[in-house]
Amino acid sequence: MASSIRVRATSNGDTTEVQALIQHPMDSGFVKDAKGEIIPPHFIQQLTFEHDGKPVFLADWGGGVSKDPYVKFAFKGGKKGDELKISWVDNKGATDSTTAKIQ
Amino acid sequence: MSITSNEFSPTRRLVLKGAGIAALIGLGAVPFDVAPALAAANDAYPAEAFKQKSEADAIKALYGKTAEPSDRVKMDAPEIAENGAVVPISVTTTLADVTSISFLVSENPIALVASYRIPAGTLPSVGNRIKMAKTSNVTVLVEAGGKLYSAVKEIKVTVGGCGG
Repeated sequence: MASSIRVRATSNGDTTEVQALIQHPMDSGFVKDAKGEIIPPHFIQQLTFEHDGKPVFLADWGGGVSKDPYVKFAFKGGKKGDELKISWVDNKGATDSTTAKIQ
Repeated sequence: MSITSNEFSPTRRLVLKGAGIAALIGLGAVPFDVAPALAAANDAYPAEAFKQKSEADAIKALYGKTAEPSDRVKMDAPEIAENGAVVPISVTTTLADVTSISFLVSENPIALVASYRIPAGTLPSVGNRIKMAKTSNVTVLVEAGGKLYSAVKEIKVTVGGCGG
């Protein structure tokens, strides 16, 4: 199955800029469907980025983050070819992870 | 195919079991390698803060202190959001020793939207996309050097993003 996570990490030699796009409904639990029934909450709660075995970024999310969430950050270090490990867990306990090469 | 594999399955299972146990023992032997990653995982999800309806209660649950406004917290957000379901907001700050950055929308049913932890070495700058139920103040909190700083901006929403 294709990963739910798309990552672009680029190093300029000094810092690495990371952009991630994740496929997830991010249902807040406040929205009603066409029948007027509440769509139960289903959203990513934690998203972590690790480089060289250390966390470089940790996101705690609620249902207020947009569907198919996007996040952007940057960290010092990271070389071209280094691996960046990304993983998430949602409120139903589902998880996904991927590894991206820094470009 | 299936018949032959069934014949061999008991031994195969034993072998797999053995491999599993070996893997478990292997994991147990290197707990120190895993420690930094676990330390992050131990930064438990702030479930209480994400349950609070009001902004003040969410800030209290998340940080346990109040924020002071700072012009060193720069929020880049639209004046008007045409679609409340996707409002791009980014924040950057010149404050030193930033440990976390959080986004709150006071008029959302749950004020706290996202909270990011910034380890040393990560730049204090985050961009993301959030939902807004209606026109509201958006508050960004930056925790730096143990203190809490904030920036607030009103964003007008033409179409709500929370089932409006």
